[in-house]
Amino acid sequence: MTLPAEARDRYLAAFERAVGGEGRPAWLRRVRDEAKDRFLSTGFPGVKDEDWKYTSVAGIEEREFDIAPRVGRLTSSDVAGFFTADAAVNVLVFENGRYRADLSVRRPLPPGVHLGTLSEALSAEGNGLVPYFSRSPANAFTDLNTMLMEDGVFLHVGKEVEVPEPVHLLFLTSGGGRPVMAHPRNVIVAGEGSRVTVVERYAGISDAGCLMNAVTDIAAGRSATVAHYRLQEDGPDAYHTASLRARQGKGSRFAAHSVSLGARLSRSDVHAVLDGEGAECLLNGLYLGNGEQHVDHFTTIDHAKPEGTSREYYRGILDGRSRGVFRGRVIVRKDAQKTDARQSNRNLLLSREAEADSRPQLEIHADDVKCTHGATVGPLDAEKVFYMRSRGIDESSARGLLAYAFAADILRRFDLPVVRRTFEEKLLAWLPDAGRIREFLHEPE
Amino acid sequence: MRNGNLMLSIENLHAAIGEKPILRGVDLAVRAGEVHAVMGPNGSGKSTLANVIAGREEYRVTAGSVRYQGGDLLAMPPEERAREGIFLAFQNPVEIPGVSNLHFLKAALNAVRRHRGLQELDVVEFREKVLERLRLVEMGEDLLLRAVNDGFSGGEKKRNEILQLAVLEPRLAILDETDSGLDIDALKVVAAGVNAFRSPERAIVVVTHYQRLLNHIVPDFVHVLVEGRIVRSGGRDLALELEERGYGWVQEPGAEVGEEARP
Repeated sequence: MTLPAEARDRYLAAFERAVGGEGRPAWLRRVRDEAKDRFLSTGFPGVKDEDWKYTSVAGIEEREFDIAPRVGRLTSSDVAGFFTADAAVNVLVFENGRYRADLSVRRPLPPGVHLGTLSEALSAEGNGLVPYFSRSPANAFTDLNTMLMEDGVFLHVGKEVEVPEPVHLLFLTSGGGRPVMAHPRNVIVAGEGSRVTVVERYAGISDAGCLMNAVTDIAAGRSATVAHYRLQEDGPDAYHTASLRARQGKGSRFAAHSVSLGARLSRSDVHAVLDGEGAECLLNGLYLGNGEQHVDHFTTIDHAKPEGTSREYYRGILDGRSRGVFRGRVIVRKDAQKTDARQSNRNLLLSREAEADSRPQLEIHADDVKCTHGATVGPLDAEKVFYMRSRGIDESSARGLLAYAFAADILRRFDLPVVRRTFEEKLLAWLPDAGRIREFLHEPE
Repeated sequence: MRNGNLMLSIENLHAAIGEKPILRGVDLAVRAGEVHAVMGPNGSGKSTLANVIAGREEYRVTAGSVRYQGGDLLAMPPEERAREGIFLAFQNPVEIPGVSNLHFLKAALNAVRRHRGLQELDVVEFREKVLERLRLVEMGEDLLLRAVNDGFSGGEKKRNEILQLAVLEPRLAILDETDSGLDIDALKVVAAGVNAFRSPERAIVVVTHYQRLLNHIVPDFVHVLVEGRIVRSGGRDLALELEERGYGWVQEPGAEVGEEARP
């Protein structure tokens, strides 16, 4: 879909403001120009585009998103609820895609770890970042991010360094009644044998149909271990588009855990390339939809080298008139012999009006591989509900508990207890009758 | 023998699954302290009767009435029936992954206790009670920590049903083919659990195809259900007779009809 002239002018003006006067390397300007040219000529994807068949972004196209004013609105009380009690962790806060040093918490990190903003990194040592701005796959939203991004996080972990505590990144939108857009851009580089965990949270404060369009690029070096958590709880009128792209070296381990429960429309792309022998990849995701929400996950696991292992578990719970879309591509390249790939997507429909589309897609070009996939869509098991009711448990608690148990299968793979508990609380808050459900969850100690 | 209060009174009960009639006029009266066996060939409607009493919604009651402790049972949702003391031991207990057996049991017990205006049990009391009942059904403690019936063997599932029975202490227990799939040792354990539950205040309805369970849980009354009707009722000797002669003879037209089932 080509952009209407009015929208073209608007995005062009936003581009001029975003790039204006920055002391950044020349290559970046070139890359951004190219992204801008692509975006302005092709515009937003339409439903005829195979990758967007089930998700119309017409709502994003029609809305007049603007770059937020320079002056931040958020205060420490707005962000207090997002902080964990753990004093040892770093929390970097971004408001409308711009770093808020005054709201962030910085703690000492081990030698060999650099944690800072992407804008600083681009000014200081820009050339090392070139590969992260030419990564594929690109689409209209990653192009939009490249042309309009202002800041984000640059995290570099040196060889054999372990970052003991997770790094928390908080991305908030605050339109103050106006539909602002934010395009945070993050680059995470884990050196050989290093270990690091990053938690990204997205939320809207005083939401007015904002657009959060994020890109995170990860490089996991040889034998590195990278865990990435993502909680998307944007406001009910928000649009959320995000791409997480990971490239894995030999023997590296990458896990991407995700919970999506916010935004009227969200689309999350995850693209992992197992580009070294014996790499391991885990994609583990939960999505919750209600009302008129539309939640789309598009994942690709690309086995490029031999003896890679991938596990993908995605589950969705859809209530109201919401719609969930899952598309999971697993590519096994010709060289990727002895690949072991498993994928599962299960969807629970809590109402008759809810809908789920599940499309596993295996593309196997090697002959000595183990690949399995499965997809289910269905309501709560009436037998289970009746069984619980026949023991005195009321119907609504029984249904809530069964939905919780369904989702908990994803959350139990969250290795970080503090993150798991946070996400469990979010899940409980989302379900009806949380109080009764709690009775089943906690050890009677 | 009929000394206890009338607990369950079924009159002219008709029930269907979809458009297919299964029960075609069942009459049954159960008093406190009694054990009734409902026997019958496959497809006779035994399990339907058990499930209608427990409140399974797929079974549509098309005529008749069921009164329980003087109230209209059919007007009550399943959870209320359970809280009022009805317990169905399932023929095929479902697996509920992700829900701990122990927590499930505690939530169920507290739902019943709240309904009866009793204090919810604290952790120590609950644990003591469960551990004691666990010994009764010779079940390992590890099964408590696993998810409800998840990956349990057939025998473990049946024991788990009896554990629930022993912990929840209902007034009316309905055992739906509890003997199916059990070896003789497991059968004895399950029967011992049920017998420990017997008391003058409680009643039991045992639904079974075979009479072997009735060697261990001795009934006061035996009813034969054929094609959705009780065609014959008698004492425990009737079960032995069925064992010997099969169900054929009670199904023939003109066969002697027991007093309980006479219109």
